[in-house]
Amino acid sequence: MIFLSNLVNGLSLGSIYAIIALGYTMVYGIAKMLNFAHGDVIMVGAYIAFCALQYWGLPPVAALLAAMLLCTVLGITIEGLAYRPLRQATSLAVLITAIGMSYLLQNLALLIWGANPKSFPSVMIQLPTLSLFGDQLKISGVTMMTILANIAIMIVLTTFISRTKMGKAMRCVSEDRGAAELMGINVNRTISTTFAIGSALAAVAGILLCSAYPTLMPTTGSMPGIKAFTAAVFGGIGSIPGAMIGGILLGVIEILGKAYISTELGDAIVFAVLIIVLLFRPTGLLGKPIREKV
Amino acid sequence: MSMLEINDIHVFYGAIHAIKGVSFEVREHEIVTLIGANGAGKSTILNTIAGLLRPRSGQVLFEGRNINAVPASRMVGLGMALCPEGRRIFQQMSVRENLEMGGYSRPAAEIAGSIEDVFQRFPRLKEREKQIAGTLSGGEQQMLAMARALMSRPKLMMLDEPSMGLAPILVEQIFDIIRELHAAGTTILLVEQNAQMALSIADRAYVLETGRISMSGEAKALLVDDNVRKAYLGS
Repeated sequence: MIFLSNLVNGLSLGSIYAIIALGYTMVYGIAKMLNFAHGDVIMVGAYIAFCALQYWGLPPVAALLAAMLLCTVLGITIEGLAYRPLRQATSLAVLITAIGMSYLLQNLALLIWGANPKSFPSVMIQLPTLSLFGDQLKISGVTMMTILANIAIMIVLTTFISRTKMGKAMRCVSEDRGAAELMGINVNRTISTTFAIGSALAAVAGILLCSAYPTLMPTTGSMPGIKAFTAAVFGGIGSIPGAMIGGILLGVIEILGKAYISTELGDAIVFAVLIIVLLFRPTGLLGKPIREKV
Repeated sequence: MSMLEINDIHVFYGAIHAIKGVSFEVREHEIVTLIGANGAGKSTILNTIAGLLRPRSGQVLFEGRNINAVPASRMVGLGMALCPEGRRIFQQMSVRENLEMGGYSRPAAEIAGSIEDVFQRFPRLKEREKQIAGTLSGGEQQMLAMARALMSRPKLMMLDEPSMGLAPILVEQIFDIIRELHAAGTTILLVEQNAQMALSIADRAYVLETGRISMSGEAKALLVDDNVRKAYLGS
């Protein structure tokens, strides 16, 4: 029963990683860049929700929407100001810019909200705790909400990508930017939309993360950001189902590793698994093998 | 009337001066071909017209309008389509989705009808409608690339090496389709290494040599020209 409880906690943590990893993998797939500032957008989203609840007196749903909206604006702004001018630049220049953007966001947060950790209000998610097997297995409202949110996001996003005109345009840009332009697809607008979606999801992830682990500070987003990036690579970067599977596996491995092997080595186990997977499948679990057809 | 007019364009790849002052025109309802060896700059010219590359100097006029600064994604809306070298179909999408993307610039309500029209011309693609494009044979992929370009209902269709890598029987088929498109009123600018085939269907031709036009004239005249025969027709 303890195992089951650990597994549920792993699924929940993994769901948060998966939602963050979606942002990494979509931006990588479509803009061909690693947006290392993505983790910090999570932190900004959590701070916005925190302010909305604590200072602006908004109800939880409005706080969620405010965080999503402002993060969307932030994502589009970051892309337009920092990454768009570098569209023709080397990938190394873009990577360094992304790392710079990550530090900029962290330090701006430090300036605005200070270094003292804030305690994220628990009112955000008010679902009752679910008790199963005569109280032997307890699943908290936050855990359930996280898993459900993850499933809903996956369904909506997959439908969006496979059915809508914008979703199809994204797949075209991802495959061949030049050919996409020949079809009449505005590549800049497509990339902007990708950042908008990724950042809105980051806000959701930030709120879920801080609801489960309520300490909020300017570096809150960086470790989950790196883990989610790992999850995206693990699942096969560029692949949406890959990000989902990678995120969930990573969360489960982390929690089970901490529970049964060593609490201190939890993170080390996660990254060791990544290394082993990449040794055997360099493109990740669902990554497409790179092949050229003439 | 001149549909496309190229005036003294110079195009660079970084420091490499790829196109050194090329001028030519394509009139309405013509088939014009650019022939030349590998690396002469044929594809560079088509990519410049389509807006994927920018001329450093000179003008590209489409229906009398200077399109030097028009983004590539707007060109298709003006009425030109490029069927690019190497086909560049969307390998991971289905045949039908590729066609839908070809009609991206057009109102959604017209797409389904256009796809049916295109299937009439390419019945083979209809059979493969749901198949992932990357699994098609080379000839089918070329047909899909052409069908995709047609989905935008272009006035000017530019084709870059449509016969590349295809068996002779398929090359014949592709050229038959080009003839049909032309008969249906589409103006065609064709780039080919297969000079024999290109000259045999074109009205006029330009011969490109290392970024410059070395010869031009009626296609029939070039087909029997001694210099052209030696350099490009292998006899």
